[in-house]
Amino acid sequence: MRASQDRSNNDLCRHWGLNHMEKRAHFSSKTVPYLLLLPQLAITLIFFYWPASQAIWQSFLMEDAFGLSSEFVGFDNYRHLFAQPEYYKAMSTTVVFSLAVGTLSLACALLLATQADKKLRGGEAFKTLLIWPYAVAPAIAGVLWIFMFHPSLGTLSQPIRALGLDWNPLLNGNHAMTLLVLSATWKQISYNFLFFLAGLQSIPRSVIEAAAIDGAKPIRRFWTIVFPLLSPTTFFLIVVNVVYVFFETFGIIDAVTGGGPAGQTTTLVYKVYADGRVGGDLGGSAAQSVILMVIVIALTAFQFKFVERKVQY
Amino acid sequence: MAGVSLDTVRKIYAGNVEAVKGVSLGIEDGSFCVLVGPSGCGKSTLLRMIAGLETISGGEVKIGDRVVNEIEPADRDIAMVFQNYALYPHMSVYDNMAYGLKNRKTPKDEIEKRVKEAARILAIESFLERKPRALSGGQRQRVAMGRAIVRKPQVFLFDEPLSNLDAKLRVQMRVEIKRLQRALGVTSIYVTHDQVEAMTLSDKLVVMSGGQIEQVGSPSEVYRRPETRFVATFIGSPPMNILPGKVEGNGRVSIGGQSLSVSDMRDGLAVGSDIEVGLRPEDVRAGATGQLSMNVDFVEELGATQLFHGKLGGADFIVQAPTGQIAADAKQLSLSIDPANVHLFDPQTTKRLGKA
Amino acid sequence: MVENRRYRNILAYLVLAVGVLIVAFPVYLAILASTFDAATIINGNMPLVPGDQAGENYYRTLFIGASRSTREPVSMMMLNSFIMAMGIAIGKILISILSAYAVVYYKFPLRRTAFWIIFITLMLPVEVRIYPTYKIVADLGLLDTYTGLILPLIASATGTLLFRQFFMTIPDELLEASKIDGAGAFRFFKDTLLPLSVTTMAALFVIQFIYGWNQYLWPLLITTKDNMQTIVIGIKKMLTTQDALTEWQIAMTTAVLAMVPPVFVVIFMQRFFVKGLVETEK
Repeated sequence: MRASQDRSNNDLCRHWGLNHMEKRAHFSSKTVPYLLLLPQLAITLIFFYWPASQAIWQSFLMEDAFGLSSEFVGFDNYRHLFAQPEYYKAMSTTVVFSLAVGTLSLACALLLATQADKKLRGGEAFKTLLIWPYAVAPAIAGVLWIFMFHPSLGTLSQPIRALGLDWNPLLNGNHAMTLLVLSATWKQISYNFLFFLAGLQSIPRSVIEAAAIDGAKPIRRFWTIVFPLLSPTTFFLIVVNVVYVFFETFGIIDAVTGGGPAGQTTTLVYKVYADGRVGGDLGGSAAQSVILMVIVIALTAFQFKFVERKVQY
Repeated sequence: MAGVSLDTVRKIYAGNVEAVKGVSLGIEDGSFCVLVGPSGCGKSTLLRMIAGLETISGGEVKIGDRVVNEIEPADRDIAMVFQNYALYPHMSVYDNMAYGLKNRKTPKDEIEKRVKEAARILAIESFLERKPRALSGGQRQRVAMGRAIVRKPQVFLFDEPLSNLDAKLRVQMRVEIKRLQRALGVTSIYVTHDQVEAMTLSDKLVVMSGGQIEQVGSPSEVYRRPETRFVATFIGSPPMNILPGKVEGNGRVSIGGQSLSVSDMRDGLAVGSDIEVGLRPEDVRAGATGQLSMNVDFVEELGATQLFHGKLGGADFIVQAPTGQIAADAKQLSLSIDPANVHLFDPQTTKRLGKA
Repeated sequence: MVENRRYRNILAYLVLAVGVLIVAFPVYLAILASTFDAATIINGNMPLVPGDQAGENYYRTLFIGASRSTREPVSMMMLNSFIMAMGIAIGKILISILSAYAVVYYKFPLRRTAFWIIFITLMLPVEVRIYPTYKIVADLGLLDTYTGLILPLIASATGTLLFRQFFMTIPDELLEASKIDGAGAFRFFKDTLLPLSVTTMAALFVIQFIYGWNQYLWPLLITTKDNMQTIVIGIKKMLTTQDALTEWQIAMTTAVLAMVPPVFVVIFMQRFFVKGLVETEK
């Protein structure tokens, strides 16, 4: 137990280069370092640790309808949560959403990055033209896409209707989800593209040239040499994309569907917001927050433990 | 200006690693002292303790008459030249040299005078406005020295200052450092692992190993009369040949059954006892009638000289001779040696077994 | 490059061009919409070349606002967004460079503890602690204030880790040379560390400016007054009155305006943007 804890600490350390914690030369002072740390520690304690511990505490409380009093109810909020079909629905929605956005945006980004890696004339310009959507707010991305696919006025809705599909993302849950996936993917491609391109550029030319001399054709070269060497980047991006879909797509969902129609695009994070704000169920919302925290911590730990080491370099 | 003296100076790192084990040493005012030894021998740690960059775990460091153990580096009146130069990358050459003076509130015109003068001495006047990254390695090295000179300190400390330069530049800068030190007359302590640098630069040579001083002396003393087997093999290139031998009696030893006369030999060594015999490759003469015979395996050409590698009495042996003196295809050499050039060492203590 | 054949390059250009078009198309539509009047957009047959209402739309959006929903001039919202983004970016740089300096260049008993306290916050995005944080900000009387918008978002491990990483690459000898040159902790920070950190600061600035400008959930919760809302919130409110009432030409003009500052920053500070993104790894 102790040993495995130490090991995962070491993994964390390696990831951030923490094993070289020490500078040879230092200053020494009894007060100055604490003063330097004070602003960050104060803000961290007030706005991170206190609310996080409050969330944990609240998840064990039940408030009355007016929020005037609350009583300790143990794991009732959690039990109640796992008795709700809506919660499972939100879970499956989140998983579907993550898988779809992750797969689509990684695939598109990889395709674009491999082409941009070809040292073409004007390659830098293409890079610039592909990375700027990173700067667009998720909510704005959502607005752009709902405008494009709006059932009555969207420029692309009519061609879809002409194909015989009764397109209406405002009423049809599947259509709504499709629209969310498209807009979330659109925004995420730039990030994945940049990292894939950096990963590709760090593969030594000589390795690829050696494979060519060994008689591997370009496509075979990609799958047998380039793709395996790219795996650290790929795994890193998978985790980042999952976290992205979990948390940062909140703005897209709120702008495009508001979790609807009929809760069909409500993800776990959106449900925390909706239950607390709209439903006024702070205990239940807090319990959901705690579960999300556990998921984030697990994801981060997973990233440190497996992504860092099990992947070949 | 001032001398430096060390009294049983120790450095113990966390985890009880003793990097410097009680070193005592006096460095005279105005002299050039070189600390030489393999990496990890404690020479850099010792220098950094003199600079005040490492705390002193035990003993006493004096600069002039002042004990400096508890004094900040800035107040020790020393200047240091680092291996990687440690120039401030965002400051011009001028500002790099002026920074220490500015921090000491030196008047502006005085700063300018001193920087200009140092720049003139080092021939770097033409790029005072440049940033360090626009300079070559040799030029950076000069700036680093300029930074030390402008301060007019009591002691210069050099931490392997030439090891980032290529071989040719290293030789050139070595000469310049020597010339500069002679001209300024500032006490200098210089750390290096390169024995050629150590020999050529020093007035006083300090050979270190395992956190201790092996020998102190002038370069020629250390070369002619190494006090331990370590010093014997560390100073000199190619290194001294060390052969196992036996004491034959007063003034004679034998190597693999071949007898050799020795002038510097301790009295009263038991006949037949084991002894190590050191012969420098350049001291051995090949001729028709030698006391020792050696089988040649191959020859290395160095231009002016040749190195003959082979076996003598079962051990590896090298002979250095001016090119052409020995036929390059010789398979067997008959070797003779001046009894004054034979060094004897105790196989257990590795100390020299010379006349008391 | 192995087998640099012409047809492969043509294929590459083609793929990239299609990629750029797909990426650009939604934005092109938004720009188009900002040049038409409401009626043209509503009937669903918006032409694919710009109209002539741009001047009117941008003037109304910036200085008057949507008449049916938010009623706040978008220039005001942009100012709010700008203050928030700058506050977050500058505040984060400030507090994290100080804390990184303490953690890297000082030895003190609680150093490791302090570092881990900061480090753990990587795992607590604002979304998972949203209501308790809201309650604290409310209790501190910071609802509808810039301080309330900025403070809870400026403390995170990213900046500290980035500066720490950079400080670790600065050779020890530079500090030692400074010490011998008579510089203390403050002088070393001001004369050497700060000038050397400029690119790192720029990289962090770009990433955090975008992060701040694009914030959604947090301002949505803590701003209730119209004159405190940010542009990203404003545009969403323009859409809430479903369909028929939405003034699409104003909404899309606002969307275009909302994209300009961060996209501008990414394109013109691309070097710092890429550095910041890759080195903070998030």
